[in-house]
Amino acid sequence: MCLAIPGLITKIQDGEATVDYGGVSKHADLSLMEKAALGDIVLVHAGFVIQILDKKAGEELQKLVKATLDVL
Amino acid sequence: MNYNITNILQGIWKLADQTGPVAIMEVCGTHTSSIRQYGIPSLLPPNIRLVSGPGCPVCVTSSADIAAAIALASLDEVIFTCFGDMMRVPNGDVSLYSLYEQGRDIRLVTSPLDALTIAQEYPEKQVVYFGIGFETTAPHTAVLVEKAAQAKVRNLSILNSHKTMPQAITALLQNESSIDALLCPGHVAAMIGAEAFAFVPEKLQLPAAIAGFAADEILAAILAIMDLLHKQKLDCVNMYPQFVTPAGNRSALNLLYRVMEPCDAIWRGLGSLPQSGLQFRPAYRDFEARTRFNIEKTETTEPKDCLCAAILRGKAIPPNCVHFSRDCTPDAPVGPCMVSSEGACAAYYRYREE
Repeated sequence: MCLAIPGLITKIQDGEATVDYGGVSKHADLSLMEKAALGDIVLVHAGFVIQILDKKAGEELQKLVKATLDVL
Repeated sequence: MNYNITNILQGIWKLADQTGPVAIMEVCGTHTSSIRQYGIPSLLPPNIRLVSGPGCPVCVTSSADIAAAIALASLDEVIFTCFGDMMRVPNGDVSLYSLYEQGRDIRLVTSPLDALTIAQEYPEKQVVYFGIGFETTAPHTAVLVEKAAQAKVRNLSILNSHKTMPQAITALLQNESSIDALLCPGHVAAMIGAEAFAFVPEKLQLPAAIAGFAADEILAAILAIMDLLHKQKLDCVNMYPQFVTPAGNRSALNLLYRVMEPCDAIWRGLGSLPQSGLQFRPAYRDFEARTRFNIEKTETTEPKDCLCAAILRGKAIPPNCVHFSRDCTPDAPVGPCMVSSEGACAAYYRYREE
């Protein structure tokens, strides 16, 4: 119910994004994330885009885990 | 995230050697399901226990709300729309699915906006949408209502049973000594922001980590929690920053609170929690299905000996229940925790050891 799925925006038209999930495309409403753009990887939940992937944050997280492990 | 799981597990085991027993509660049904699916408890040291909390929206929907859904779906003029996992929740001998089998017009939707499309397609009928879920789904219902209002669609209404997660966590864990840390729901956090979980260390005095849903993401969050416990540091670490920002999705929250406002709500297993629900603001109250169809509140009782309420509070585990895997299975659930794939009983049942 609360599981959101990440996918790639391949098209935007009339407030709706076409999102590709590795070969399967579905439409998602952009009312909750109007700044989402073509080429963004976004989190889609129940037909709505709810967040945009921050690639840099993912890299920082990797460093955070590594730093925790390094001091053990 | 493609962490090195072996390294993370070694880190968790090493830190667990230096602590006593640790109970970590997850309050997201999708976490419960992922934890069982990936067999995470079997990978952890024996002194780390994962406890399921009240995180499945289907499971916490009160029996009175289920009774209201059944009453609405029984009306001849109504097309009742809901997500699939609400269909089998029993209320006595009746469920939405049993009504569907009897020929009632009940339709599954994958987006709340599907209900608007149906309402425009059938102007002679009344379409009701069953709005359940936490902050991850409530803004969607707000969009549905705003779009319906803008399009002047008069034959759509909502059975509004949306709830907010922080109030439930507070009600459950304040004055609770058996839980040592919290695994916070990543997708709720994507909406309300990492800062919204600061109350966990500050008010509840528990360390916490916001987690994604893949096995490595959950394990990385458990490592972060063990690190906080080891350092005796009260903090909530955002271990899902790729999708969770400090402030969350402000435009979604602004939209949500433009349409709805907090209200007291009844949670299955937890009772009435102040300001833990969402109701329409006066300008949108015409969209409330209970008012439109004059549905009276009913008192209903839980199934005999069903432990769902205790399971939602982290006080019991599914195998403790006399019904579990005997007369209660996903095909014929006795209680709500067996209905949704995100319910603790369904997750235990699906990934149980034979």
